[in-house]
Amino acid sequence: MSELKEELKAKIIEQLNLEDVSVADIADEDALFGDGLGLDSIDALELIVMLDKDYGIRLSDPKEGRKIFESVQVMADYIQEHRTK
Amino acid sequence: MINGNVIFSDENEEFSTFIKNAYKFLKTDYPKFFKMDNLSKLAFLAADVLLKSENLNEEENNIALIFSNKASSLNTDRKHQASIENEAEYFPSPAVFVYTLPNICLGEISIKRKLYSENSFFIFDRFNAEHLQLYANNLLRSEKTEKVLCGWVDFDENSYEAFLYLVEKEGKIEHNTEEINRLYNIL
Repeated sequence: MSELKEELKAKIIEQLNLEDVSVADIADEDALFGDGLGLDSIDALELIVMLDKDYGIRLSDPKEGRKIFESVQVMADYIQEHRTK
Repeated sequence: MINGNVIFSDENEEFSTFIKNAYKFLKTDYPKFFKMDNLSKLAFLAADVLLKSENLNEEENNIALIFSNKASSLNTDRKHQASIENEAEYFPSPAVFVYTLPNICLGEISIKRKLYSENSFFIFDRFNAEHLQLYANNLLRSEKTEKVLCGWVDFDENSYEAFLYLVEKEGKIEHNTEEINRLYNIL
């Protein structure tokens, strides 16, 4: 699980072009949106694509992302349970 | 280069490294910069450094944007096309897709500088001083704007150039096609 969380942090930084943010800067429980990493709606769509591409998880309703992308910890829990690849 | 003075130079020919170094050197504080496509990064930074040099106050934001280029947003369009070519690996990037229009860079500049003015992006085969002159003068004459930031911002593959100038009713250099072409050819 901790390996998955580190992997997710690295992917988030790379996919969302978070300049000057390192894996060590993102705590497992940090909020990804709002006051946390300050991600926006386009970032949310990028994360939905990432779930599909890298973990075989298709969200039928983009609103589901709100809960799933709360933090790296919540994302990792969800991926662990639903991944198909 | 601003008004003939070199303000930043970098021997790195790779655009991504060059623009990142320029962004840091010019102390441009705009986190969304790194999410932009290459055309927007180029246009945004060129416009920002020019407007910053004018020391305009916040109220002086009635500035229209009239930009042009040859390659439109082709560089980003190609990336988008590559991501949708293969049906088995069909993963278009939303972040890439939102930049598949050349005028998006005008939106980025307007957000940063709080401009609510007219903006247009034209595609031409070559640098078109006549069009910039006519359009900008018409906006100023009809009092639709107080200033016009005009120019040419082109990006295709790793070839790029940005030439911008600010025009207003009273200025040091006359806004005619000879002067516009002369300044452009100094580049």
